[in-house]
Amino acid sequence: MKPITAIVFKDIVIEMRSKESISSMLMFGILVLVIFLFAFESRGLEKGMVGPGELWVAYSFAAILGLNRSLAMEIDNDCLQGLLLAPLGRGELYIGKVASNFAFMMIAELVVLPVFFILNNLNFDRRFFAIAGVSVLGTLGIAAVGTILSTISGNTRMKEVMLPILQIPLTVPVVIAAVEATSQIMNNDTPEISAWLTILAGFSIVYLTVSYLVFEFAVEE
Amino acid sequence: MTTKVLGLLAFVAMLVALYMIFLFAPTEATQGNAQRIFYIHVPLAIVGAYGSAILLFTGCLAFLTTRDFRWDRFAACSAEMGVVFTTAQLLTAIMWAKPIWGAWYTFDSRGTLQLVLLLIFIAYFMLRSYLPDREKRAKLCGVFGLLGMVDVPINYLSIYLFRTQHPQPVVSPGGGGLDPDMEKTFLVSFIAITLFYAYVFVKRLRLAKIEEEVEYLNQVVLANE
Amino acid sequence: MFALESDDIRKTFGHFTALGGVTLTVERGEFVALFGRNGAGKTTFLKIAATLVKHTHGKLRIQGVDISEQPEQARRHIGFLSHNTYLYRDLNPVENLTFFARLYGVSDPEARINSLLKRVGLDRRMSHPVRSFSRGLHQRLGIARVMLHDPSLILLDEPYTGLDANAVDILNQMLDEAAAAGKTIILTTHDLDQGLRSATRAVIIDRGKIVFSGNPKDQSTRDAYAGYIRIGTAR
Repeated sequence: MKPITAIVFKDIVIEMRSKESISSMLMFGILVLVIFLFAFESRGLEKGMVGPGELWVAYSFAAILGLNRSLAMEIDNDCLQGLLLAPLGRGELYIGKVASNFAFMMIAELVVLPVFFILNNLNFDRRFFAIAGVSVLGTLGIAAVGTILSTISGNTRMKEVMLPILQIPLTVPVVIAAVEATSQIMNNDTPEISAWLTILAGFSIVYLTVSYLVFEFAVEE
Repeated sequence: MTTKVLGLLAFVAMLVALYMIFLFAPTEATQGNAQRIFYIHVPLAIVGAYGSAILLFTGCLAFLTTRDFRWDRFAACSAEMGVVFTTAQLLTAIMWAKPIWGAWYTFDSRGTLQLVLLLIFIAYFMLRSYLPDREKRAKLCGVFGLLGMVDVPINYLSIYLFRTQHPQPVVSPGGGGLDPDMEKTFLVSFIAITLFYAYVFVKRLRLAKIEEEVEYLNQVVLANE
Repeated sequence: MFALESDDIRKTFGHFTALGGVTLTVERGEFVALFGRNGAGKTTFLKIAATLVKHTHGKLRIQGVDISEQPEQARRHIGFLSHNTYLYRDLNPVENLTFFARLYGVSDPEARINSLLKRVGLDRRMSHPVRSFSRGLHQRLGIARVMLHDPSLILLDEPYTGLDANAVDILNQMLDEAAAAGKTIILTTHDLDQGLRSATRAVIIDRGKIVFSGNPKDQSTRDAYAGYIRIGTAR
């Protein structure tokens, strides 16, 4: 456990020093919300229809930015090799990176979500916390898949550009489930939300487990 | 020798299937002749899309556990079959949808998720093409293929929750709702497409082996220059 | 128990055979200088020993621990240094070393880090980010990182590349100290004299196999070096 927390702590210190990751994720997320504001305002579409999708588009693309930053840091100076030399299982290394990626994504989302509420004229009531809860579940899945995929894409010539191509198809169930759950919360009508939440949780569990087992193949030289 | 027999069987089966699809099966009441696409579309989906997915999963898992490059070739061929057959299946879906619903594309869960499957197959190929080193390519594609195919059942679960415009499957496990002649046609068509798939797959595997040998010889030539 | 026991280690990358069967036994306290032309397999062998690369055949034991069965255990005994230092540019030396100390479970990390930084001459730059360091300073910190967890087997892959004279001296001193303390050292280099300076054994790898092993003080070593490495392609 200690090495895993060491990795998260190290990433946090680096981020506090450079402030590159969270600030770019945050800005990008807000910019997406603003684009949606202009793109759909003139059409007079009901907020409840576009809102959930716009939130998760913002999250998804901000996540990709964050994942690429995290990967770039480990590629620089071949630091990943330093981690591979440590008496740390490959799976544990994976969990450490997921934890720090997840933490940064959550911090960025903590700012994007209130901005979303403001731009969509929603009251900060119980729904805020419910949607925050869905955000946590969905982001965990994105972090679980994204961490191993960013390691894979980092090995290609295209590097960061490869990540969205690999990640977006795989995170479709997360986006569908999260958007549905968010939409139901926003409309105060939650008939089957537990099913969607189960899908989100199941996705995270499946991908955390599978990636934990196969991560060594992704980092081996 | 067996491949030739397989090819012949597939050819004959396809001819029989075509006859049955267009001349033997009765015209469906509500959908008219457009419904005949169903006999090709559904087998393509089952064999071409989901079948390829299972083969890809098997190939990737087998490679990661044995590190035998033959499984990597197997996985790559499955993904290629997946791209081709899933594209064909989506095209038949579009051809079916237009006359029935008047729209090229309806956001129904099953069709959309098959589109996602196609995107995963294509992503697999892009990954392959940007990894020149044989060993790394096999390992990384093995991991991605595994992760991608694990996605398929999760996607499938979402079907039953998301509102769908896909017509209720006429061929259900209970076997209800289908005219006996239609059932026979479907069965023959299914067998024909499966044979065709198997034949093309075997040929593609052989070709992949030769491609790898050529790559090896190229490397030897370059190394000795 | 040997420091390193490699038994018919083979490695193929796709179609290319990097190591065709390396069998080598290194006793504790030996200082092995490993020579070979580019592409002979020295780096591959060292990386396999450090568990960074998986071998395709054979067995390798570090201090009696099989690297395939217990890789994490084996890694505790190993310190690996190549010309990449694996240091985080945004952190300063203390933060970098503290991180690695936590990964390796080093006891009393602050004291150890302070003394190591002093030893490599970086105590006055303890709070400067590594980003501002020259290559020589980088490598000095890299040396500190390697020694941090007091490994019993130190593997160095062409460590002298790009070092200034000061850094070379520091490295040599630390290696001598480590050797005197009974650590086992395996070093690869292109520089014959640098390599033979403190070595107790000279080994030459050619085309993925060991072709020579002998006393560095003997003329036979220099002859073998000339034969396999200096002469080039004529065979």
